[in-house]
Amino acid sequence: MIALAFIVQALRIAIPYLLAAAGGVMSERAGLIALTLEGYMLGGAFGAAVGALTTGSPTVGAICGMLAGALLALLYAAASMKFRANQVVTGVAINLLVVGLTRFFLRLLYDSSSNSPRLPGFTSATGSGFAALVTNPLVWVGVVAFVLVGWLLARTAFGLRVRAIGEHPEAAASVGVNVERTRYVAVALSGVLAALGGVYLALDQHQFTDQMTAGRGFIALAATIFGRWEPKRVAVACLLFAAAETLQIQLQGTQHIPSQFVEMIPYVLTIVALAGVVGRAVPPAALGREEQV
Amino acid sequence: MSPEEIRREDNRWAEALLPPIVALLVAIVVGDLLILTFGQSPAAVYRLLLEGTWGNAYGIGQVLYKATTLTFTGLAVALGIRAGLFNIGAESQLAAGGFVAAAIGLLVPAATPAILAALLCAIGAAAGGGVVGAVPGWLRARFGAHEVITTIMLNFVVLALLGWIISAHMAVPESLHTAEIHSGAATRLADIMPVFHGSAANLTIVVALLAAATTSFYLFRTRGGYELRAVGLQPDAAEYGGVDVARVRFRALTISGAIAGLGGINFVLGYKHYYEEGFATGSGFLGIAVALVGRNNPWGVVIAALLFATLSQGGLAVNALVPKQMVDVLQAVVILAVATAVPTVRHSIRESARAAVRSISAARKRAA
Amino acid sequence: MTTPALAIRMRDIVKTFGSVVANRGASLEVARGEIHALVGENGAGKSTLMRVLSGMYAPDAGTVEVSGSPGVRESGTAGLRDVTDWSTAEAIDAGVGMVHQHFMLVPPLTVAENVVLGREPKAGVQLDRRAAERAVQELAAKSGLAVHADRRVAELSVGEAQRVEILKALYRGARILVLDEPTAVLSPPEVQQLWEVLRRLRDDGGTIVLITHKLDEVMEVSDSITVMRAGETVARLRTSDTTPRDIARAMVGRDVALALDAARGPARASATPNGPALLELRNVRVDSPRRAGIVDDVTLSVAAGEILGIAGVEGNGQTELVEAIAGLTPLAAGSIHIEGHDVADLSVRERGDAGLSHIPEDRHRRGLVLDYSIADNLVLGRQHHFSRGTRLDGARIAEHARARIAEFDIRPADAELPARALSGGNQQKIVVAREMGAGRDFKVLLAAQPTRGVDVGAIEFIHERLRRARSEGKAIVLVSADLAEVLALSDRVAVMYGGRIVALLPRSEASAETLGPYMTGASGGTSRVA
Repeated sequence: MIALAFIVQALRIAIPYLLAAAGGVMSERAGLIALTLEGYMLGGAFGAAVGALTTGSPTVGAICGMLAGALLALLYAAASMKFRANQVVTGVAINLLVVGLTRFFLRLLYDSSSNSPRLPGFTSATGSGFAALVTNPLVWVGVVAFVLVGWLLARTAFGLRVRAIGEHPEAAASVGVNVERTRYVAVALSGVLAALGGVYLALDQHQFTDQMTAGRGFIALAATIFGRWEPKRVAVACLLFAAAETLQIQLQGTQHIPSQFVEMIPYVLTIVALAGVVGRAVPPAALGREEQV
Repeated sequence: MSPEEIRREDNRWAEALLPPIVALLVAIVVGDLLILTFGQSPAAVYRLLLEGTWGNAYGIGQVLYKATTLTFTGLAVALGIRAGLFNIGAESQLAAGGFVAAAIGLLVPAATPAILAALLCAIGAAAGGGVVGAVPGWLRARFGAHEVITTIMLNFVVLALLGWIISAHMAVPESLHTAEIHSGAATRLADIMPVFHGSAANLTIVVALLAAATTSFYLFRTRGGYELRAVGLQPDAAEYGGVDVARVRFRALTISGAIAGLGGINFVLGYKHYYEEGFATGSGFLGIAVALVGRNNPWGVVIAALLFATLSQGGLAVNALVPKQMVDVLQAVVILAVATAVPTVRHSIRESARAAVRSISAARKRAA
Repeated sequence: MTTPALAIRMRDIVKTFGSVVANRGASLEVARGEIHALVGENGAGKSTLMRVLSGMYAPDAGTVEVSGSPGVRESGTAGLRDVTDWSTAEAIDAGVGMVHQHFMLVPPLTVAENVVLGREPKAGVQLDRRAAERAVQELAAKSGLAVHADRRVAELSVGEAQRVEILKALYRGARILVLDEPTAVLSPPEVQQLWEVLRRLRDDGGTIVLITHKLDEVMEVSDSITVMRAGETVARLRTSDTTPRDIARAMVGRDVALALDAARGPARASATPNGPALLELRNVRVDSPRRAGIVDDVTLSVAAGEILGIAGVEGNGQTELVEAIAGLTPLAAGSIHIEGHDVADLSVRERGDAGLSHIPEDRHRRGLVLDYSIADNLVLGRQHHFSRGTRLDGARIAEHARARIAEFDIRPADAELPARALSGGNQQKIVVAREMGAGRDFKVLLAAQPTRGVDVGAIEFIHERLRRARSEGKAIVLVSADLAEVLALSDRVAVMYGGRIVALLPRSEASAETLGPYMTGASGGTSRVA
């Protein structure tokens, strides 16, 4: 029973990571740094709250959240491609923008500086039980999303083009691939996926709270890199990070390992992976490259 | 000057001035929209914003205090960019600097002369930030690991580590901060000029200006700066010029971290006299904004820091009319607008120059 | 010319880049079903002309016509149609394929993925990988281009990668195939395989344009030849009716040949051999990531008051040799001595202080920090000599800049302008002024492509400075892809081929005729070292 409880809790924690990291893989494979995952998630969570509170339907909420993510992603894509802005600066700015906008509209719409009213969610079962997990459609969306991204990249013409433009956009352009359009699509998809991670959080907790993503977007980015941009490995990285977190929660009170050390695990592992201590993580060759002026 | 030279001069001014002007206009439009959304008059809000910041001594003091921290993180980011490196870790470097400063302040005997204690704390702060900056510097130089990712990841690692040390060993019970330092507190401006009463502005602002001057001197007047900028502009040419590129990268990120770390004394020595978890939150990312708007020039950074500090403080001032979160949005909009305007302006200037060359050569061809 | 069925007709093509004229009224006619060699020295404008054909560049003047349209590819009577100013996509659609010197391949993707990219076969919504691999195998079997469809391009040798590039063009239905210096990166057996493939494509009705400057290749594989010189097409020949000597004469041109006969450079040949050896290379070997032994067992010595010219087709290890001497590339084996001191373990800076000057071949990448001022560029690599402690000595840098600008007539004479703002010739003068201006105390000079991309006046000026340095007793290594330049300046001439020095002749015995076979590898293993 303890084992089952552990798995259920780990999966609950893993779902937003899986969704956001699926977006991270999509964006980075297309050559755009996924610093914005945090912003997409927070935007998605807020969109879900607004949609669900306005209509009373969590489904509409989810759709609103996905739209918010897509809009933010298109803003990022346009700034870094059409206007040739630096991806890192733009990414940081979009994350700040989302924090500001969600706070502003939280005040405007719900007159609160900390949280929204209670939302309808997909499951009435709140707790952390097995039933709450399997009856939540977003859990299944998270699983499907990863399979979808893996399939898109490996099995479709679109995926082939995404992989090509992330490595060598000039070569792709020389055979007639529309690099910009392909990137827009890939990045919009990344925004939608990551936003779903935020949607899950808001609907699962039945409210939106200020900065509720709390760095999960960066953990998803860490998983993307630690998994070396390969969907399967990235999914494993998400589960690993979530398991570590679960372990820490379950060990709380025993005080053997300070929680901060468990928090560090994803980041330390990612740094180690980048340094190439165990198999070098080599990013897509054109990742983050600024458009030539 | 020949027509070509005049044109070049024009271009230089356009490249320098157009982006901030565009950014300001965009920010005002977005600001107006937000204010109107909230049912307020933009003019009234902007008036309140200015009155609450530059309209009285307390407001000025608060702006100066906030600008001081942002000057340090902005300089840190700018120096990194000059070397072609993106330091996104200024937040944790700042926190580490503040932590070491507080630790030294707690360790020195209370009888230590304040000036000596302050000096020790400042050196410790720079060293603390420098160590945090040196790690991604080493990872880049040794393994080629990209500093954007390693500095982000290290932010989380360092902040968690500091959080653990504080909560497990150093915090005053029921709080997230250490005890007050024994000695080394910096003089508040209010102690010299009573009009600043209540504001957090302190003598660290002098240190910030010195840091800007030193950074400027280092970048543009020393051999190290010459080599650092060459690495940032053209690493292959720097290598040809006898520069050890990997070593310069390591050194640049270490210095960058040290500058950010030194900023920690603004809070610890100048304001609260203890280290508190979260005091650095947001300062690292805003440092990127400050460096960007300041065009990576140390004195431009000082001015940009004042601008962003004005916005931060102004948010509190206008909170009665519109949510203070409006300024978070405006800060982000300014960054986005400058980030997109700079390359766009440069590109369109170069395009128009190319077009001019084309039309001249076409005319010559017709004449021939 | 009354060739009945033309595949390509280009007339009076003019293409300029800034002040550089790459094509000045070049014309080209290629018949269907032939292998046509487009020959000329480096910089004669061959690649530019072909990039105009493939739609990468729009010509400033002139017309481009190709035969028929995709629909009537088999009909021998279809006329030419004007395609001037078309795009690369249109060129591909019309069956014009180009294989660039620098491959346009995505390394982590497989061969099949690279080939079908942009025109993927589909099964429903999925990419039909099996169909892609099958298509590649079929094309490979038909054309004789042996590849493994499922291997990653990153794992391929250069020769295999080139086969993939040709397959890419064939997959897109290319009837006209342009190959830019395809053998520069190939080993001799791979070259033979390539010829077989090209002959087979020709016999199937394809038209092939081969850009090259290796005459042995021209004689071996081509049916007809167009010779380019200085942006113009100066001769059109049938291969069966001509000799390498005739082609060489057309390539080099009578004027240049006369200038060489005058041989005003090394008139005092007797003065040279007796000076002390200032630079000595012993069994130098360099490995590059792409090829082990890119410089293979090179032993050379250069005496005071001597210019040693290194001739050879680019890509035969000259770049790596120079960078190894300069300290920019590590040695895999061997030693380097300046004035008898082993400098192999010294840094770039220390070698500079030991008396080494270096004009690098690529001033835009290596030789200049383009956004630095003229003054700052004039001290690059010598910054520690223009410092007081850690400070840069601004006054001395400014004074140095004033002096060098005057000495070398750098224009505009404004030391604070960024190097980027100057013309190619004046940019190169900055590099030359820094490396060999008055006050630079050097003993050995590496001059790599010192006059590339500069105007005629600057060329003369730089040549004069090189001669003066020789008369001052410097040891100079001159690497140039321009044989005329090597012959005009050198006291001895070495030829590099395949990373080795395959010939080393005194100037009196060196000529285009004697060196040519070594440069093209035609003389096989029979190295000649005098």
